Amino acid sequence: MGRTHRIPLPALAVLSLVLVTLALALVFFVAPNDADQGFSQRIFYVHVPIAITAYACFIAGAWKAFLHLWKRDPDADLSSYVAVHQGLVFGSLVLLTGSIWAKISWGHWWLWSEEQLVLFLVLFLFYCAYFMLRYSVEPGPQRANLSAVYALFGVVLIPVSFLAIRLAKGLIHPVVFTRHGPSFHGWILVTYCVAQVAMLVLAYTLYRVELAGKRLDLRLRELKEVLA
Amino acid sequence: MSYLRDVAALARKDLLLELRARDTLPAMLLFVVATFVVFHFALPGSPSRLAASGLLWIAILFTALLGLGRAFVPEREQRVLDGLLLAPCDRSAIWLGKAAATLAFLAAAEVVALPVFALFFRPLTGAMVLGVLLADVGICAVGTFLGAMAVATRARELLLPLLFLPLSIPIVVGGVGASVVGSPGRYLGFLVLYDLLFALVCWASFEYVVTE
Repeated sequence: MGRTHRIPLPALAVLSLVLVTLALALVFFVAPNDADQGFSQRIFYVHVPIAITAYACFIAGAWKAFLHLWKRDPDADLSSYVAVHQGLVFGSLVLLTGSIWAKISWGHWWLWSEEQLVLFLVLFLFYCAYFMLRYSVEPGPQRANLSAVYALFGVVLIPVSFLAIRLAKGLIHPVVFTRHGPSFHGWILVTYCVAQVAMLVLAYTLYRVELAGKRLDLRLRELKEVLA
Repeated sequence: MSYLRDVAALARKDLLLELRARDTLPAMLLFVVATFVVFHFALPGSPSRLAASGLLWIAILFTALLGLGRAFVPEREQRVLDGLLLAPCDRSAIWLGKAAATLAFLAAAEVVALPVFALFFRPLTGAMVLGVLLADVGICAVGTFLGAMAVATRARELLLPLLFLPLSIPIVVGGVGASVVGSPGRYLGFLVLYDLLFALVCWASFEYVVTE
């Protein structure tokens, strides 16, 4: 337990608080207004870092799942589950912030032409099914195996779905939106990077908190069984 | 080559079972034709070319789900899976044999379903049939795998559609693309990619689904 966890949890919590505050300050007071979309474009600094963080969580979950299957690491199943759980939380936020942005920019709450949003909807459905699967199997080695295999399917599904959604757009919308071009410079870049790091650290902190709670729960149950 | 012999023996067992009991295939046939009739009334008048192609893919997907839901039922009810796991064969052969048998059922159902579709809605094209064949491989590979997962859970058949539908979205994109566009090469290629990729993942990880 806790072999690679060198950073103590309170330090992580303080760090994520500082980083998130700094990121919000940069987003609201320093980053310049977008020429096209004005103030509302600032949701970009929340939406995109959250999306990248969600991907990172899903990939971390799949990596832990792989470690479970390969090395039979007894700790990996719980870590994989917690990472996927965090991924789903951030994934829901992506759908929410993306929807708000779409409403402000284009006047619709949902746009099928928005590749990333559609991809997140597919992943959202997929990972919800992960939870259905996990909670309909008794805890034990079989549950760990089934969850791990399904989590691995997820990382195969991400690029395949991305490609599929690209292809599907060609069916009806031949034009591809290019929303934010390569003009990433100065404070825009700084704000984005800080926000991205803040979200990743926040996700890691939440992951550690949930993992610690889940482990405590598990220990408590074991102790109760010993006493009973 | 003994691997292929094992797969063939396992697939033959399922086909023989179906020939004697006739559980699955008649149900799939009736279901797919009934679905077309329901679709006709759900989209009154003559649906557009795009809508009709979409209907075909929904019908195929749901018919396949019907067959896949049944795939591992004999294994569960008669506890065949325990016996198969004790047999001296590679575990992935169990998946491949079952996928081959399910593919045979689905293809047999489509031998009827595609002409009926052509009769009711719109004529078939070569790319469409090729797309259906390629999609069948992916549907059966992934669906059989998830079917084996679903029977291990408490929810059983309830879970299979939930696990399968998000994974089937790329198949539908490829299939519908192959049915409606003028040059379907890209979409057929995408289906081949999907089949290869997921067949490889299923083949490599099936052992973990059936063992502890």
